[in-house]
Amino acid sequence: MVASNTIDRGRTLLREQPVLALAGVAGAVLVLDLLARLAGVEVPLVGDRTFGGSLGMGRFGGLLWNGIIVGLIFGLAGIGLSMTYSILNFANFSHGDLVTTGAFTGWGAALLVAGWGVADVGHLLLVRPGSGANPNEIGASIAQAPLSILIGAAVAAVATVVVAVAIDRAVYKPMRDRGGIALLIASIGVALALRYVIQFVYGSRNRGVTSTQDVNATVLGITIDLHEATLVLVAAGLMLGMHLMLQRTKLGKAMRAMADNKDLALVTGIPTERVVTATWVLGGALAGVAGYLYVLERGTIEFNLGWFLLLFIFAAVILGGIGSIYGAIAGGFVIGFVHEVSLIWVPSDFNAAAAFTIMILVLLYRPQGLFGGVTTA
Amino acid sequence: MSADGSNDPDADAPGPDAEGPSADGPADLAAYLRAEVAATDFRIVVATMLAVYALFAVFTLLAGGGLNTLGSTWVRLTFLFAAYAILSLALNLHWGYTGLFNIGVAGFMGVGVYTMAVLSTPPDAISGMGLGLPLPVGIVGGMLAAALVGLVAAVPALRLRADYLAIVTLGLSEIIRLTLNSATLSGWTIATFGFGTGGGSGIDLPARPTDALLDTVVGTALVDVLDPTITASVLRRSLWVLVMIGFVIGIYVLLARVGNSPFGRVLKAIREDELVAQSLGKDTRWFKIKVFMLGCALMGLGGILWQGSQGYVSPDSFRPIVTFYVFVAVIIGGSGSNTGSLVGSILFVGLLFEGPRTFGNIVSNAVSLPSAPGTFAGAVAPLASLDVTPLLSYLVGNISAFRFILLGVVLILIIQKRPDGVLGHRTETAAAIDLDRPAANGGGNDE
Repeated sequence: MVASNTIDRGRTLLREQPVLALAGVAGAVLVLDLLARLAGVEVPLVGDRTFGGSLGMGRFGGLLWNGIIVGLIFGLAGIGLSMTYSILNFANFSHGDLVTTGAFTGWGAALLVAGWGVADVGHLLLVRPGSGANPNEIGASIAQAPLSILIGAAVAAVATVVVAVAIDRAVYKPMRDRGGIALLIASIGVALALRYVIQFVYGSRNRGVTSTQDVNATVLGITIDLHEATLVLVAAGLMLGMHLMLQRTKLGKAMRAMADNKDLALVTGIPTERVVTATWVLGGALAGVAGYLYVLERGTIEFNLGWFLLLFIFAAVILGGIGSIYGAIAGGFVIGFVHEVSLIWVPSDFNAAAAFTIMILVLLYRPQGLFGGVTTA
Repeated sequence: MSADGSNDPDADAPGPDAEGPSADGPADLAAYLRAEVAATDFRIVVATMLAVYALFAVFTLLAGGGLNTLGSTWVRLTFLFAAYAILSLALNLHWGYTGLFNIGVAGFMGVGVYTMAVLSTPPDAISGMGLGLPLPVGIVGGMLAAALVGLVAAVPALRLRADYLAIVTLGLSEIIRLTLNSATLSGWTIATFGFGTGGGSGIDLPARPTDALLDTVVGTALVDVLDPTITASVLRRSLWVLVMIGFVIGIYVLLARVGNSPFGRVLKAIREDELVAQSLGKDTRWFKIKVFMLGCALMGLGGILWQGSQGYVSPDSFRPIVTFYVFVAVIIGGSGSNTGSLVGSILFVGLLFEGPRTFGNIVSNAVSLPSAPGTFAGAVAPLASLDVTPLLSYLVGNISAFRFILLGVVLILIIQKRPDGVLGHRTETAAAIDLDRPAANGGGNDE
C-alpha cells in the first residue's frame, strides 16, 4: 500500500515536473557513484568511463570541510542579501562589493594594529598596495596577533555599515517607491562605482595579507588551520546572534513583519524607515565580516573579490528561498558543498559552473527555494 | 529612418514647418536648430554623432595629432558606436519592447563568436582549431547557435519574475564564459576535425572579408593615393566599419518593422501588462520565446561583427561588464526607443567609454605632471603640505578606474532623475501607417 502510494507519487512527479524528476534521478546516481567511490568499487562502463572508482576518505573529508568553510561565507554574506531582498524588494547587485569593502577596511585596520612600527601607516592601512613589508613581517595572524584580527573584524563591520547606510541614503532612499527593476539597475551602478572606488584607493594588485606562521595547530591528533577555525567560530556565532535577534527582540519581530507584508506593517505602526536602516546595518555588518573572514581563510585580497562571490551568494539565497535567513545559511552550505564536492566529478574549471547550474535549476523549477516558500526572515 | 517617433515615417526631407519663423536672435536660432535637429530621428542620430566627432577632433588637435590620428580616432569611435548600437538595439528588443530583463548579453555574444570561430577558423590556426568553412556559414551558424541557446534559456525562464530572469541570464552568461575558458574543451577533436576553443589563451579568427578589397588593383591604388595622410591600416579598419554601419541600418529597419507590426504591438502589450495580453487571447509565452530568440541571434551577430572582427578573441571579452556597458547605452538612450538606443550608444562610447581616457591623455601631455605615485597613500600624503600635484597625477594615471566610477554614478543618476533616458519618453505609435491627420498648417511636429 505504502509502496504503491510512493510509486503513484513518483508517476505524478514524472508527469508534472519531468525536469525535477530527472534532476532527482541524476542526484541519486551521483550519490550512488559517490558511495561506490568511497567503497572503492569500480564498474567499467563505455570506453574509459567507469561507475564508481576510488576516493580516499581523507580527500572526501577535506572537500566536505572546504565546503563548510565556503558555505559559511556564502551563508553569512547571504543573510544580508536575503534581508534586503525581502524587506526592500530588490536584488542588490552591489552586495558583493559591500563584501569587498569589509575585506579591505577590516584588513587595513588589522594590519595597522599587527604591524605598527614595522611599516609606514599608508602601507598598512591600504593593505599592502605596493612593495614593502611582506605579510610575514607584518605578522597578522590569529596565532601571532589575535587582538589585531578581532579589531579588524569589528572595523570591517562598522566601516561596511557606514558605507551601506550612506549608499542607502544617497541612492535608494529617493527611490523607495520605485519598482524592483529600477532599484536593481541602480544597484548595478552602485556596484560599479563602489568597486572602482575601492580599486582607486587600494589599487588593483592581488596580494597576500595574512601571516602563515604558526597557524596550524594539532588538537587531539587532527591538524587544524587556526584561521579556518576562527572563521567557523565567528561565522557560527554571528548566525546564532542573528537568530536570537530575529526571534527574541522587537526589532526582529518588526523586520519579520515587514518582510511578510509591508502595508500591514505600516498600518500597525512599525517605523518602516527605521527598520530599513536596521536592515542595512545588519546586512552590511554581516557582509563586511564575511569578506574579512573570507580573506582570513584564503590569505589574499583583491578588489574583485566580492564581485566574484556575488553569484554564489545569490545562489545560496535563492536555494534557501529568498527572504529566509535560515534558508540563506542552509543554501550557503548546499552551494558550498556543490562547489567543493563536485570536484570529484568535474574538472576544477567547471565547479563554479556546477554551482550556478544548481542555482538556475532551482530558480526555474522551485523558485520558492528548497525549503518551502518561507518568505519571512 | 524614422520609426518610433510620432512623425512622418520617412521624412528625411525637411518637413513643411522647416521654413518656420525666421531666426532673428541667438535664442531663436538655438530653438530653431533644436527643432530642426529633432525633426527626424535620422537627424538626431547624425547630429549626436557629429557632436561627438567634433569633441574628439578638438581633443586630437589639443593633443597635437595630425590628420591620420584624427582619422584613426574617428574610425575607432565609429567602430564602437556600431558595435554598441547593434547590441543595444537587440537588448532594447528584449527589455525596451518586451520587458524581458536579460543581463546575459555577453554570454550570447560569446556563443555567437565562438560558434563562428569554430566553424570558420582554418584548421591550422595557431591558437584554437576550426573547421575552415566559408565565413557566411560561420556567421549564420553563430547567430543560430546564439538563438538556440536563447531558446534553451527562454523556454523555462520566461515565466519567471523579471529579477529572477536577470539572475538566471547573468548566471548563464557566466557559465558560458567559464565553459569557453575551460582547459578541458581547449583542444577537443573528433577524428581530424578540431572543435578546440583554445581555453584561456583564446582562439584565432578568420580575417575580415573587407581586408581583401585593399589588395585588389583599385584598393592598392587607393592606398597609394591616400598613403601619407591616411595610412593603410586606418583605411582597412574604416572599410570594416562601413560594413558594420550597413548592418546597424539593416537591423534598425528590421526592428522598426518588427516594432510596428502586429507582432510588435503584442510585445508592447506584454511589457505593459502580460495578463491583459493573455486575456485578449495572445499566447504570450510563444511571443516571448520568439522575440528572445531573435534578440539573442542579433546579440550573436553583434558579437561576431565586433569581437569577431579582430583576428583573435578570448573568453575575457565576454565578462559581465560588457553586458552592463550595453545596458548603460540602452538606459541613456531610453529603453523602448530604437533611435534612443543608437543615440545612447553614441553618447556612451563618446562621453563615458572613450572620452575620459582621451581627456586624461591630453591632460597628462599638456600639464607635464610628475610621474604618478604608486599608491593612493603616496598621492594623498602630500595634501598635508597643500601639494595637489601627486593626487592629480594619480588621478590621471588611474583614469580607467575613474571611468568606471563615472559610469556607475551616471547610471544611478539616470535611473533616479531621468529613468526614460534621452528619448524614452516619446510616445510610440505602434502602427505602420502614419496616424497623424494631415495638418492644415504643417503643425505635425509638436508632439
